[in-house]
Amino acid sequence: MNIVVLVKQVPDTETERKLNPADSTVDRAASDGVINELDEYAIEEALLLKEKHGGEVTILTVGPEQATDSIRKALSMGADKAVHVSDDALAGSDALQTAYAIAQTLGTLEYDLVILGSESTDARTGVVGAALAEYLGLPQLTLANKVDIDGSSVKIQRQTDDGYQVVEATLPAVISVVEKINEPRYPSFKLIMAAKKKPVAKLGIADAGIDAAKVGLANATTQVVDFAPAPPRAAGTVVKDEGSGGVQIADFLASKKFV
Amino acid sequence: MAEVLVLVDHVDGQVKKVTLELLTAARRIGEPSAVVVGEATDELKAKLGEYGAEKIYTAPAEIDDYVVAPKAELLAKLAADKSAAAVLVSATAENKEVAGRTAVKLGSGVLTDVVDVTPEVVAEHSIFGGAVITHAKVTSGVPVVAVRPNAIPAEPSSGAAAVEAVEIEISDAAKAARITDRVKQEKGARPELTEAAVVVSGGRGVGSEDFSVVENLADALGGAVGASRAAVDAGWYPHAFQVGQTGKTVSPNLYIALGISGAIQHRAGMQTSKTIVAVNKDPEAPILEISDFAVVGDLHKVAPQLTEEINKRK
Ligand SMILES: Cc1cc2nc3c(=O)[nH]c(=O)nc-3n(C[C@H](O)[C@H](O)[C@@H](O)COP(=O)(O)OP(=O)(O)OC[C@H]3O[C@@H](n4cnc5c(N)ncnc54)[C@H](O)[C@@H]3O)c2cc1C
Ligand SMILES: Cc1cc2nc3c(=O)[nH]c(=O)nc-3n(C[C@H](O)[C@H](O)[C@H](O)COP(=O)(O)OP(=O)(O)OC[C@H]3O[C@@H](n4cnc5c(N)ncnc54)[C@H](O)[C@@H]3O)c2cc1C
Repeated sequence: MNIVVLVKQVPDTETERKLNPADSTVDRAASDGVINELDEYAIEEALLLKEKHGGEVTILTVGPEQATDSIRKALSMGADKAVHVSDDALAGSDALQTAYAIAQTLGTLEYDLVILGSESTDARTGVVGAALAEYLGLPQLTLANKVDIDGSSVKIQRQTDDGYQVVEATLPAVISVVEKINEPRYPSFKLIMAAKKKPVAKLGIADAGIDAAKVGLANATTQVVDFAPAPPRAAGTVVKDEGSGGVQIADFLASKKFV
Repeated sequence: MAEVLVLVDHVDGQVKKVTLELLTAARRIGEPSAVVVGEATDELKAKLGEYGAEKIYTAPAEIDDYVVAPKAELLAKLAADKSAAAVLVSATAENKEVAGRTAVKLGSGVLTDVVDVTPEVVAEHSIFGGAVITHAKVTSGVPVVAVRPNAIPAEPSSGAAAVEAVEIEISDAAKAARITDRVKQEKGARPELTEAAVVVSGGRGVGSEDFSVVENLADALGGAVGASRAAVDAGWYPHAFQVGQTGKTVSPNLYIALGISGAIQHRAGMQTSKTIVAVNKDPEAPILEISDFAVVGDLHKVAPQLTEEINKRK
């Protein structure tokens, strides 16, 4: 079974993140790039499925040059190879354009399953998996907290607000995973060394079959018109508990009409 | 005035509060039309009318037997047939997916996790853990906007609530992912986390899987219970209740953080709460910087006293 895992490099949430004043895009050079956390769960799930059913795991990243670091990390977890679509024409692409670019690139690959994280920590739109299924015309098995494959049938548990749904489809399919589906492994030293030699195919948009008129900031379906720092919250009251802290909060809540 | 489609969230014949908020937002843009999948009870229709729905489109329950795609077909068809000015949905994980697919079908764009929207459909986002406010718009076609619960206050306004059944043939492609079972996990009587007006969350400071100190306070306030990732990772509370970047985003009127340090990833999920109260034994904890009222002390002493005091004053 051939699995493609989508990996995005995002600014580290621990560092101060910024927008570029010129075009309101994320300043990806200002912060350290890390693998989007939920993508590590996607990689782990792909590796677990490979261990069970055989096949190959390919990492697919649409991202700037510096995303190479994240691709190496993904390979060091145990993926076999990677495809990196990098092209200045892609800069500024929004959620739907990114899904389009990924769908086109997948058209050049052979796969039974596409796995991704359910959202990224930078944009948090949570729409790429669904939009990708729409573009590819494949079953949408998103928000999975459990995946089972039997021959060409696939069954997932789709997380909902009050429990889960059991969802069934046939391969090929698009799966997005939520946290808690598994525990991502740490790369071993041996795998880190081996990852340096694994093949990474570099593609430009033409190689990936992406139409330049459908991607990039100039053609984006959404546009950031302005941004500003959030007004600081007025400094609150801090009291030390001297035995009546609970009563003091109750008084505060009463003053705000919560009790 | 052009129609604005609002996808209705409902359970057991009751409209969810967020739908009333969406109808209120829709009135700024045009004439709200509510879209109901599944049984539209009289009570449900009446409520939609009370919040300004001029039309109510009802669609077959079969749409709910498959994941997301049929709902997107429904919304895209209605948006095109009625030349809608915008499509509004709640920013739940599921509806954001519906919004994404709808926008692909319409060849437009999608704005998610929006906290406010103008008559021109310019949407406000609160990003990077609440540190930055941005405005964004869809550049062409019918904008599809997913709005956060509790972001826009619901205001009543009477609408004609004229009911129209939608004739729609769902494509086979949209039936590719079939829902074969639904499992509800223990929820109890508390309000749903993302919709609740009051949320009381516990973190590592709770110290054990006995979360009753958090639950009792939530119950005294009629609120929902949340948890930090540290508490969830420790196995003290289920993941469904995690607040933060990789959990739920909440925006209640009152958020109480018990034994939570206030890491940026936690704040990303609660910073737009209107009033924030914290109990933390560390006077340097970052949560204090964003709190309207905070007590430096042991939550196991302060929270039970607060619970008792609230119950006394009821
Ligand atoms: C605050 C904010 C809110 C937004 N809200 C929405 C929204 O609700 N819906 C929506 O659809 N869009 C949204 N966008 C996207 C926005 O509308 C524009 O499309 C634009 O600002 C792109 O965002 P970005 O900053 O992530 O761009 P970039 O940083 O350029 O990144 C865009 C994408 O292209 C990739 N990329 C960048 N450079 C390259 C390269 N050289 N080669 C290959 N890939 C590359 C990145 O990895 C990323 O996936 C939002 C953006 C911001 C900053
Ligand atoms: C990519 C990524 C995503 C993440 N997503 C999330 C997320 O969705 N949600 C989330 O919450 N975190 C998330 N985190 C984790 C986050 O960084 C913090 O580690 C986490 O929020 C810490 O939880 P905590 O505040 O409960 O624990 P701690 O940071 O350990 O804080 C515990 C606090 O309790 C106080 N305390 C201890 N005992 C008592 C007592 N008896 N009385 C009063 N106070 C006491 C301490 O002073 C301390 O401030 C994410 C991290 C990453 C890297």
